Amino acid sequence: MAFSSLTRRGFGVLTAALLASSALVAPAHAQTPPGVLVVGQIAEPQALDPHAVTAVNDFRILMNMYDGLVRYASGTLEVEPALAEAWEISEDGTVYTFSLRGGVSFHDGSAFDAEAVVWNFERMLNEDHPYHNTGPFPLSFFFSAIDAVEAVDDLTVRFTLNEPYAPFLSNLAYPTGLIVSPAAVMEHGDDFGRNPSGTGPFRFAEWRSNERVVVTRNDDYWDGVAGTEAVIFRPITDANTRVAEMLAGGIDVMVEVPPVAISQFQSDAHTVHEQAGPHVWFLILNAKEGPFADKRVRQAANYAINKGALVNDVLEGTATIAAGPTPPAFAWAYNDALEPYPYNPDRARELLAEAGAEGASLTFYVTEGGSGMLDPIPMGTAIQADLAAVGFDVTIETYEWNTFLGEVNPGLEGKADMAQMAWMTNDPDTLPFLALRTDAWPDAGGFNSGYYSNPEVDALLEAARVETDQAERARLYREMQVIVQDDAPWVFVANWKQNAVTSDAVDNFQLEPSFFLLLKDVVKN
Amino acid sequence: MGGYILKRLVSAIPVLLGITVIVFVIMAMIPGDPATAILGSYATPENVERLNRHLGLDESLWRQYFIWLGNLLQGDFGRSFALNRPVLDEILDRFSATLVLAGTAFVLCALLGIVAGVISAARQYGLADKTITFVVILGISVPSFFLGMMMILFFAVQLRWFPVSGMYSIWGGGDLPDLIRHLTMPALALSVVATGVVARLSRGAMLEVLRQDFIRTARAKGVSERRVIWGHALRAAMVSIIPVLGIQAGFVLSGAVYIEMVFQWPGVGRMLVDAILKRDILLVQGGVVFIAACYVGFNIIVDVAQAWLDPRIKT
Repeated sequence: MAFSSLTRRGFGVLTAALLASSALVAPAHAQTPPGVLVVGQIAEPQALDPHAVTAVNDFRILMNMYDGLVRYASGTLEVEPALAEAWEISEDGTVYTFSLRGGVSFHDGSAFDAEAVVWNFERMLNEDHPYHNTGPFPLSFFFSAIDAVEAVDDLTVRFTLNEPYAPFLSNLAYPTGLIVSPAAVMEHGDDFGRNPSGTGPFRFAEWRSNERVVVTRNDDYWDGVAGTEAVIFRPITDANTRVAEMLAGGIDVMVEVPPVAISQFQSDAHTVHEQAGPHVWFLILNAKEGPFADKRVRQAANYAINKGALVNDVLEGTATIAAGPTPPAFAWAYNDALEPYPYNPDRARELLAEAGAEGASLTFYVTEGGSGMLDPIPMGTAIQADLAAVGFDVTIETYEWNTFLGEVNPGLEGKADMAQMAWMTNDPDTLPFLALRTDAWPDAGGFNSGYYSNPEVDALLEAARVETDQAERARLYREMQVIVQDDAPWVFVANWKQNAVTSDAVDNFQLEPSFFLLLKDVVKN
Repeated sequence: MGGYILKRLVSAIPVLLGITVIVFVIMAMIPGDPATAILGSYATPENVERLNRHLGLDESLWRQYFIWLGNLLQGDFGRSFALNRPVLDEILDRFSATLVLAGTAFVLCALLGIVAGVISAARQYGLADKTITFVVILGISVPSFFLGMMMILFFAVQLRWFPVSGMYSIWGGGDLPDLIRHLTMPALALSVVATGVVARLSRGAMLEVLRQDFIRTARAKGVSERRVIWGHALRAAMVSIIPVLGIQAGFVLSGAVYIEMVFQWPGVGRMLVDAILKRDILLVQGGVVFIAACYVGFNIIVDVAQAWLDPRIKT
């Protein structure tokens, strides 16, 4: 019959088509070439202008293309020289004089000198600067203490601060302090973020939107030549797809591995790296009104929540239990003597009985996910269950991240008793100063959304901020941690360990406590 | 015909204007603002206000809308906050990627769906019909993103026949075979549901036509069965199949959002999802208006095609 012969023919055509397409398939999916490192990123960068961006994801690229005056020494959060060879701080802590490294050029060939440094900070801070409109510069307030920047001579630059400000050096080590080429900004204007030029170990080569950013080795780098010819950053926003790419060999390095996927990489073909960083995940408690106005109830919440189960079961060991407000990664400022609140529901019930707060109803703000928030919904429900076990009646309200910030940052008063929050900072000053002082209540422009107030803590933080002697500063922070832990304005939950997976072709890979990704010494075979 | 096309074009104007209002109002109403999204942890009221001023978001909503609309009418879509580049450049880049993906999936679903439907109808209740119906129901029932993930695990991770994600190889490549290797899995995953729908409806349309007198006449005249089915019957059935294709084109385009996420295809759907999460207002608004204009345009084309096939529709 005509019809069946037709289907037979159709079948023949189909087979031929399949064979033809298998020819396209035949060379099994190519691995990435030697000397070229492919990094799976979590998103497309916003821009490659370090002064204009705020996301860790962008910093991972930028730290490999630019240098700052100072940087964090490998494996620590302590600053060491970079583009500045040395510096002096005046007796009163307000004048910083940097001696710059000579003979350094930007990738575009222009010279790095004191004038370039002045130009960088003027562009960010001075609204009348001709290139200020190439912003906005959302994190420029990191440098709002700067009163004046001057070039003393070709290789000497002097910063005058309006008051002593101890975090100044570590802010300079932050990506917002990286030095860009003035000539390149003048040439590209608004589009500098897509045509970047710095002094770093890699120079910009190509950016194909949503496909890749390519940087190639800077053979004239002042601090030794990089171990790979090129690094390619691929944005892969879907975590499952990122895992699949890593398993299939499409990328050599993957950052932010989802906890549930880590077991898939426990093999000879991959290495899992972990590094604790300056991150803390906590619950803000509303100390102004409701049950948490009583310190005993706040402590009870700290005892009632099984943090061990959260970090080991929900987060699959990708975090450690937090003891207080300062992450242990700030080794020099961290108080080792601090023990986390133990999981002790009986002690929690006692405290609640003392405070007469048994059976209190709580409203708990939970987010769907956001920067540093780990796995907020499962964590929120586990916390709800723990609190229910000691008699709290907890109602969860869940918000999308930006909406969540819009609810939490203006303060919890009249809305909620507790809220999830997480911070990653570059200096031990930042988080407590912005989120624990009385002067940081939301109406004063800070992030103290739970209205914690203790004059002793205020005094310690103010003193630490202007103290230029690091040992004395550290002592002030340690003392602050003891008081804050006892006052329990937050439930201290977890310190995240940043993780990454590398393939067996990658050597010398190391994660930094700063959470920056430094790829200069990495070798790809 | 010219008058009909013109009439349809004019009637599209209020639709598009309405869409600009709706998308603007929705973006103005959703909680969270771009400055907070950009500043993240550092979104103090002071910093937010400073950044909003810089972004021009401190103007009244009315003024913002009319400034935006005025620029839009001159072809200026503005600049994306989150990507630091002109909105239109981004949309055109991303839309062409989506067109490649959705276009391929559409062609696949139209061809496979019609062929499957015709074969089913020609062999009603036969083995071919039953097999096709079974496969089609299965295809309609599996969510495309799930199918996509399974395809990745099997064909890319296990067998390594195809790359996991992306549109071109990360190193080298960039030519047509490279594109086809990257396109195969997402286009198939995206076309499955639409293929099923087209097959079901083509089968129904064909069955109806096959019962009509002119088919019996054609057969009586001795026209070969092949010509009866593929020539006479299919041609008549196309009048009911084409509007289905028009609707499926819309489904394929909207289904592309999931598939683009799973396969990291650099398309406009993924762009919109990212832009909404980052509160990248101008990119969302521009993207939605652009896509809406394409939908409207596509519908006009379908209507015109139908009117051309069946002149009764024009009146």
